[in-house]
Amino acid sequence: MMPDLATHLLEIIQNSIAAGARRVSIRVLESKLTNTITMSIEDDGKGMNEETVRNVTNPFVTSRTTRRVGLGTSFLKGLTDACEGSLDIESEVGKGTKVTAEVRRDHIDLPPFGDFGEMIMICIQGAGDTDLVFEYGIDEERFLFDTAEVKTMLEGVSIAEPEILLWIRGYINEGIERVKEIGL
Amino acid sequence: MKSLEDLKKMREAALNKVQMREGGKDYRVVVGMATCGIAAGARPVLNRLVEETAAHDYNCVVTQTGCIGMCIYEPIVEVFGKDGEHTTYIHVDPDKAARILEEHVQKGHVIDEYTVDAAVNGGK
Repeated sequence: MMPDLATHLLEIIQNSIAAGARRVSIRVLESKLTNTITMSIEDDGKGMNEETVRNVTNPFVTSRTTRRVGLGTSFLKGLTDACEGSLDIESEVGKGTKVTAEVRRDHIDLPPFGDFGEMIMICIQGAGDTDLVFEYGIDEERFLFDTAEVKTMLEGVSIAEPEILLWIRGYINEGIERVKEIGL
Repeated sequence: MKSLEDLKKMREAALNKVQMREGGKDYRVVVGMATCGIAAGARPVLNRLVEETAAHDYNCVVTQTGCIGMCIYEPIVEVFGKDGEHTTYIHVDPDKAARILEEHVQKGHVIDEYTVDAAVNGGK
């Protein structure tokens, strides 16, 4: 199992990037009202057919070629099963995929959040030209980050420069902290 | 507090650095970031590589790859030189990662004891 929620999402985002997505939207939304955390990853990658979607949480179903196990969505299913949640995967060939995992927010078995800034930094570093959008919120309070905006500011300098990556890590974690201060 | 405006300044600094170093980087440092690598601790390794490269301006690009089929040796860091020579470091942790940059990328010395060859031939 994965040590924290950030690592769970990292696995799914990597799938989106591998599926050739041009844009991946990641949302982590906490609701005190409904006592849930909803995490979703939506991409415009190549999508999956119905049969693949049905089987995708089976660890022995994978598109990889180096070995015959794929654990990303299996782990996520394990998480939602353990935390009174649900996992929903919608996909259409040629359109994209949306993975939505919901868990009970105060569930005793819920792993810690982990370092979302670092996780997004790692995704950007491995993403090539794929744009990533990250949204974090508690109830009505929101933080929004979009690599497309960063790239506009950088005017041609690579977003994968180490100094820029570290700045992004800090920027995201500051944004999350601000939402938590207000929202909690 | 950070704002997107910070990026303008960082852009200038990055451009200056690129101009100082013509002809690209000498080394490519590649971290295995598939599930096996991540489960074995590749995240803090990659994190440290990015931090150290930024801090010391090492002559390398840090990138990622998927599973290369040697999961029991993860976290794996491969260093590719300009002439295609290639070293595979295994069971890397953040401190080893920092040393790989300092010794291999900075000074050109392969750290034999961390390599996959040492594990296979040395009977570790």
